[in-house]
Amino acid sequence: MLYALCFLLFMIGLYCAVVKKNMVKIVVGILIMEYAVNLFLIMLGYRQNGVAPIIDKTHLESQSALTNFVSNSVDPLPQALVLTAIVISLGSLALMISICIRTYEKYGTFDITEIRRLRG
Amino acid sequence: MSIPLPVFIAIPLATAFLLPMFGKRRKDAATVIANAATIVLLLLAITCVGKAGVYEIGKWPIPLGINLVLDGLSSLLLLVISIVAAAVMLFSAGYMEQYTAKAKYLSLFLLMVAGMNGVVLSGDLFNLFVFLEIASLASYALVGFGCGHEQFEAAFKYMVLGSIASISILFGIGLVYGNTGALNMAYVSKAIQSSGINAGLGFALALFIAGFGLKAALVPFHAWLPDAHPSAPAPISAMLSGVLIKSLGVYALARVVFNVFGVSLEVGWLLIALGILSMVIGAFLAIGQWDIKRLMAYSSISQIGYVVLGIGLGAMLLARGANPAWASLAILGGLFHLANHAVYKSLLFLTSGSIEMATGTRQMREMGGLTQRLPFTRTTCTVASASIVGIPPFSGFWSKLMLVIAAFQAQYYWVAAIIVFVSLCTLIMYLKVQRYVFLGELPENLRQAKENKGSMLVATVFLACLCVLMGLLVLIPGLREAILEPAVKVLTDGLKYSDFVAGML
Repeated sequence: MLYALCFLLFMIGLYCAVVKKNMVKIVVGILIMEYAVNLFLIMLGYRQNGVAPIIDKTHLESQSALTNFVSNSVDPLPQALVLTAIVISLGSLALMISICIRTYEKYGTFDITEIRRLRG
Repeated sequence: MSIPLPVFIAIPLATAFLLPMFGKRRKDAATVIANAATIVLLLLAITCVGKAGVYEIGKWPIPLGINLVLDGLSSLLLLVISIVAAAVMLFSAGYMEQYTAKAKYLSLFLLMVAGMNGVVLSGDLFNLFVFLEIASLASYALVGFGCGHEQFEAAFKYMVLGSIASISILFGIGLVYGNTGALNMAYVSKAIQSSGINAGLGFALALFIAGFGLKAALVPFHAWLPDAHPSAPAPISAMLSGVLIKSLGVYALARVVFNVFGVSLEVGWLLIALGILSMVIGAFLAIGQWDIKRLMAYSSISQIGYVVLGIGLGAMLLARGANPAWASLAILGGLFHLANHAVYKSLLFLTSGSIEMATGTRQMREMGGLTQRLPFTRTTCTVASASIVGIPPFSGFWSKLMLVIAAFQAQYYWVAAIIVFVSLCTLIMYLKVQRYVFLGELPENLRQAKENKGSMLVATVFLACLCVLMGLLVLIPGLREAILEPAVKVLTDGLKYSDFVAGML
């Protein structure tokens, strides 16, 4: 169910990026897609009533404590992936917004239908 | 393993961050350092030919850590990237004098090379995505480098479509991780072999094909390329058409389809269909163009179609269990065409840069008779055109011949007919270039057009010599066994890739 909602968010972003005429709205659509994928990655590692995946001395004292920790902690790998993905999307967002601003300076509009070569 | 693989990423990355410090004052020093970096990379890539190895970053064992894998396919792509990057960097030394902020250009250029080397060497799906984004971001910025309105529009269009592709790939990686619990390609491939492809993995494969197909500019996804490639400065068009769409698109697609998911009939036919569509539609659209760089950009789409057709034909034959020699011939043709296309298309874009620099226009209608003014450009352009069309001693002929033979052996005569037909269309478009640019009347305003000199000339002549000599790669058995056969073997072995990686540890 949650995954379906996440996919819906992805499709909303895709719709926004493909259909909208305003450059800034296209950028927002791409960001929504990125957030949907990040949310999906986080949900992959989620575990109901899980604990933070930080190991300390008490977990290492006995084998049963360790197994208990492993079966209860959330998966840390997707969190690392999402951090990386967020940094990358920040970089591309900065570049996209700067291109939008420079185009606005040239044309005085964000509407892609009025900007000649972006049509079609 | 004598060569530590991270140097292929570390050298361009470190140089890229060093160069902006030079600023405008000492841009000559920056140019020399950047050229030295690409030449060192070329030498290192040559020493890597025929070698194989796995490197664990930070000594973390797989699957805990990230690994870099060098095998036949990677070393072929590394060699192609390094050759084109070295030649294009040499050309940029002269060409980019007309732009301001040369040091920034060189820095972005090296960042793109670092990203491409990383994509080719990575043995980990997420790491592949990170390097793919490094290369893509650098290329978005380089397409908009001219700072004119046309460049910004093309860069924006490229960036929107490229971001959608990257996000689909990330989504696919998430699905793969959710279904197999691994990100390392060898482990993913093992998990898929034991469990089979379920619905989630099938969707992930579809997302990968769409995402990498967009990066490779295959026909339903090609809309960004004819805008982005002509708008970029000529050396960057050469890099984009020559190697970026191949390492980010075709290489990654082949790696994922053959080595991670394993070939199937459906995917093989899908690749063949995409390849044929790209070949035919790209060629038809190219013939009608009057902008010289736009014509070459459409012809890139058509040529990428040949590569994907060869690989797809191989995948289909492997999946059908046909004679493995036919499949390896088809893949050999595809990969050899990839290497050839990298060389002659970058040469064509460099000559278009010389023409644009000499005449100040890209419209073929306004040119003519440039043979007298630009003899070297004329010669190199003709050599490259003869290669792309497939005239016998030149390189393009051999790869197309192999594709035709492979199609005949597999008894798909209509595929062979289409390959020959598209070659004729290619002939028409490059005759048009020769006719309108180099022959005919020299217009009055172009009497003073100047031939390029120095490093630009060296770069184009170097690539033209390669165009003539590349045929030897298949004709001399020793060279073929050293460079091309290992790359073909990686793809025909398919899922044995995971055993290879495990065996190298």
